[in-house]
Amino acid sequence: MSDSKTLIKIQHSLTQRNRAEARFHWYGRIAILIGLMAVALLFIDIVGKGHGAFRATYINLDIRYDADLIGIDNLSDTEQLSAGNWQALPKTALRERFPDVSSRRDKRRLNNLLSNGAGFDLKDRLLASPRLLGKTESVWVLADDDIDTYYKSWLDGNAYEARLTGQQIQWIGELHEQGSIKLKFNSNLFNRGDSREPEQAGIRGAAVGSFLTLVMTLMLSFPIGVCAAIYLEEFAPKNRWTDFIEVNINNLAAVPSIIFGLLGLAIFINFFHVPRSVPIVGGLVLTLMTLPTIIITSRAAIKSVPPSIREAALGVGASRYQMVLHHVLPLALPGMLTGAIIGMAQALGETAPLLMIGMVAFIVDIPNGFSDPATVLPVQIFLWADSPERAFVEKTSAAIMVLLSFLIAMNTTAVWLRRRLERRW
Amino acid sequence: MKLKSEQALELDESHVTVGQSFCDDPKMTMRNVDVFYSDKQAIYDVNIDIAKNEVIAMIGPSGCGKSTFLRTLNRMNDTVEGCRVDGQICMDGQDLYSPKLDVVELRARVGMVFQKPNPFPKSIRDNVTYGPKIHGLADTRVDLDEILEKSLRKAGLWEEVKDRLDQPGTGLSGGQQQRLCIARAIAVSPEVILMDEPCSALDPIATAKIEELIKELSQNFTIAIVTHSMQQAARVSHRTAYFHLGKLIEVNPTEQVFTMPKHQLTEAYITGRFG
Repeated sequence: MSDSKTLIKIQHSLTQRNRAEARFHWYGRIAILIGLMAVALLFIDIVGKGHGAFRATYINLDIRYDADLIGIDNLSDTEQLSAGNWQALPKTALRERFPDVSSRRDKRRLNNLLSNGAGFDLKDRLLASPRLLGKTESVWVLADDDIDTYYKSWLDGNAYEARLTGQQIQWIGELHEQGSIKLKFNSNLFNRGDSREPEQAGIRGAAVGSFLTLVMTLMLSFPIGVCAAIYLEEFAPKNRWTDFIEVNINNLAAVPSIIFGLLGLAIFINFFHVPRSVPIVGGLVLTLMTLPTIIITSRAAIKSVPPSIREAALGVGASRYQMVLHHVLPLALPGMLTGAIIGMAQALGETAPLLMIGMVAFIVDIPNGFSDPATVLPVQIFLWADSPERAFVEKTSAAIMVLLSFLIAMNTTAVWLRRRLERRW
Repeated sequence: MKLKSEQALELDESHVTVGQSFCDDPKMTMRNVDVFYSDKQAIYDVNIDIAKNEVIAMIGPSGCGKSTFLRTLNRMNDTVEGCRVDGQICMDGQDLYSPKLDVVELRARVGMVFQKPNPFPKSIRDNVTYGPKIHGLADTRVDLDEILEKSLRKAGLWEEVKDRLDQPGTGLSGGQQQRLCIARAIAVSPEVILMDEPCSALDPIATAKIEELIKELSQNFTIAIVTHSMQQAARVSHRTAYFHLGKLIEVNPTEQVFTMPKHQLTEAYITGRFG
């Protein structure tokens, strides 16, 4: 029986309650805004720094493939080929472009415009089409990283001249006026392994290393994790032992990853003598690290299968094994896969444990298998971030962009898979 | 406030079941059955026979152990952590709890229909043929289709679903789902079908259909049904067993239980004085 007095009281408290609710909504909105701004800031910073790395500076030269200059007479003799002075080709061509350069020191400075890998690019070109020998063609030759840095900053109107001489800058200006120097798509970034020379360094080696390591991790951790989860959830008796195991799996998930690296070093490398720096040992260590994640998410997925389905299966005379295989697993699979992909994404971004097992080595060759020395993307980022050359700054950001795009792709796949496979009951 | 009769029961430690617990040609026999959940005893010293091709209804207030009792008959209680069954339960003279017996075989012979319709999240066809498939009852696809049609016909569902056998069983209405579950249970040709409150989640029309079905099925199967509804017990069953606080109070022909209950507790329950 609300008389007018209680009604007024209710109305008064109602305005207060509504105001509190509105305030609460705004707290939430502000929190989300801060989160989005942090992400946006991160992306803007990384893309701003890294976009330059997708293009590199090239100089146009008229290359004459002169056998005498290289010091070879037979294109099929590999020994001759590897001993050949390939760098002489672009050097000669560049000197012909600037004939007034005469002093030794100036010549060296002129040569420094070129990447010291330019000659080998020309070698590959010649080997691909041997009929070029003795002929002349116009080629875009890779420039040195200092030139690259200067030229990009100069184009942006904020020239960074610290590592160049005035003469070199003048030469670049002349080349620019002739249209003989320009930015082209940097295919090296995606096709090559690491290098001490920033203009020749690429992420192919690290990406392949990451891929091999992840495949190894997935092959080991998914079956082991799923089997462990199924056993613990469906078959194991509930007693002190299984409680103990459960607590320890949760503890394992909280162990800092570098500890797993130490463990891998001590056990896999020092005791079992698995070779260091290879995707096998990387995969083993990351398996240890992702196992708890996969076990915990798989158990949650299994738990979420309604008990009525289990009873139905047992009721028509399915054995426990059939019940799990025919009914529980198909329903739990989307959750398990999501967990596995999230675990893999974690493993893809992991650096610390891999430092301990030697995957931080400087590796130029792109790995061909699980037992070839390799490094991985986050470690590559770490290595490049640590390098003094200014040109590595943009490379680092570019590598981060590639790593982030892999992570985003994996997480999107996880969401998509879950949507796709999820069944209603 | 406790009823006089209840106090009487609590005092009566060595109670004896009233009525006709035993029969001449039993399908299943239970002797001195006690069921424990960890330390808590759920069922006390139950002795009862279930005759061939009869429908026996278990009634009683909530928590009286009637569902627990039903689940001992196909060992569904095995899945419950800490559940222990003492005493002897036999089917055709074979001890169900002997270590030699394979529980999978038992559940093929004693089918079960649950309280909430629980079809697999698969097609109607897969729901029904799953049991025959895992037990190897059909060699060819034709045999399997035959079982499918026969089971669905027996469950009275064939006409409604014959054009959409490959659609999910979960897309059917509640009553249809429950009949699908019955079809699934009878597809493996069990000898006994246990029904745990099969109509409690259904509307009256669907309930009527299921009850009709139970009557038809009783020609071929032995059926034990747990129900909350006394009217339902009266409509479908031949004998009715009344459970109270884990004890089997009275077993008698259904008509007699509802017209002339022997035990005062049964009378109190069916006249609605508690429950």
